[in-house]
Amino acid sequence: MRLDDLSARTAKLRARFEHLGSTVTSQIWRLGFASRFLLYMMLHSGTAFRRFRLTIAQVYFAGVLSLIIILVSGLFVGMVLALQGYDTLQRYGSSEALGVLVALSLVRELGPVVAGLLFASRAGSAITAEIGLMKATEQLSAMEMMAVDPIARVVAPRFWGGVISMPLLAALFSAMGIFGGYLVGVQLIGVDAGAFWSQMQAAVDWNKDILNGVIKSVVFGAAVSWIAVFEGYDAPPTAEGVSRATTRTVVTSSLAILALDFILTALMFTGGN
Amino acid sequence: MAFGYDAARPVLNEVSLSIPRGSVVGIMGQSGCGKTTLLRIIMGALLPSAGSAHVLGRPTLGLGRDELYAMRRKMGMLFQFGALFTDMTVYQNVAFPLREHTSLPTDLIHDLVMLKLHAVGLRGASRLLPAALSGGMARRVALARSIALDPQLILYDEPFTGLDPISFGVIVRLIRELNDSLGATSIIVTHDVQEALGVVDYVYFMAAGRVIARGTPDEIRASDEPFVNQFVNGRRDGPVPFHYPAPGYDADLELAAG
Repeated sequence: MRLDDLSARTAKLRARFEHLGSTVTSQIWRLGFASRFLLYMMLHSGTAFRRFRLTIAQVYFAGVLSLIIILVSGLFVGMVLALQGYDTLQRYGSSEALGVLVALSLVRELGPVVAGLLFASRAGSAITAEIGLMKATEQLSAMEMMAVDPIARVVAPRFWGGVISMPLLAALFSAMGIFGGYLVGVQLIGVDAGAFWSQMQAAVDWNKDILNGVIKSVVFGAAVSWIAVFEGYDAPPTAEGVSRATTRTVVTSSLAILALDFILTALMFTGGN
Repeated sequence: MAFGYDAARPVLNEVSLSIPRGSVVGIMGQSGCGKTTLLRIIMGALLPSAGSAHVLGRPTLGLGRDELYAMRRKMGMLFQFGALFTDMTVYQNVAFPLREHTSLPTDLIHDLVMLKLHAVGLRGASRLLPAALSGGMARRVALARSIALDPQLILYDEPFTGLDPISFGVIVRLIRELNDSLGATSIIVTHDVQEALGVVDYVYFMAAGRVIARGTPDEIRASDEPFVNQFVNGRRDGPVPFHYPAPGYDADLELAAG
């Protein structure tokens, strides 16, 4: 009786390990597939640049149509930063440094990260859904049957459109945030305008702050766009498959942004200063 | 020729068929008998696991991406539901292959598109988006798109599914007319047997991954092969049983116990 019990337990345990193993290998396989997909897309990106209008159209869809959410969010994030920052800074009598605090937080971190998260949920999900539905309605197969490579014609322009849009959106987010900080800090609370701007100008470094922020946003843009086009292209051609792929795009790219942000920050802002 | 997605379950077994130039050939059979797989092999999207497929006189095996695309440029394909690009107008859809593969001037492309749309009777719909078209109209636009480059071989994947009788008649006539006026070869994969028999020159009948009957439409109608007979006449029971395999009816209703 007890021996039976034991063997049943071993079998259960074994099944669990087998499940774990197959999950891990299938995830690794998928990562490999996604990497090969990225490589193939890079090699066939010629069309996206030769016929740049295709990519510009995607900059419009991914970038211009995300403007409202990016600008409004940037404004509010900047206003909140100013409120919270002022509250802390004035305890130490350094409320003139408010401009520095707002600008550095935005340019180094919040600009790229929050704009990236918004971009993933606004544009990334749309890209996945569009490519997934094009696949489900056989539009990609039809293209392939017309001897037009869908990766070169449909996928690559969307990828590059995202990569181009993302740093622009992050910059606009930061600019809007600084404006929001100015509105609350200077206009509402009454911090000296001269101190606000001049301290900001003195403290924000072109290479260390602005350029690093731009690098971050380019990396985030590439990661989100890669995930979005891959999930769309790899989605099972059903309603459920496309909806799951869309969800996965948002979840995976958000996590990727946060993880990459940690790695990049560690590389950029530690050691040497 | 044979094919299987995995070695244990072949989808096609020893299928051998040849399609002469200039003819309209039907490939018929039940859903799931391997028709679409066969079509994908003809397209070069899949390679046979044994034997070979020759399309337009060339084997598909060993073709690189560019050669495959060069071959497909001479082929047109009509998908089951048209597969029109939903973000483009009817005009842009038909112009798509011309713009991608030729460097013709805009006004010549315009004339060609209008010519193709006129052939399917939809010149007036050129500005509409696919969402504004009925199923039959979408199918005709897709047909115009698939003949945009004057293909030598036109493939039809279930071209009659979900059409009303008028659209149906239109598509049937168009298939014949376009084939003859382009001097092309057409392959129709369908399970709408009765209707398709009216348009094709020759029929291959498939079941369970094999060709079980072949002949002219008249020969097929007269066939005494039980499966063909059941299929052509739409009988409920025959070699293809009405009931999905199940344990005894009594056992399922738990009558045996009582």
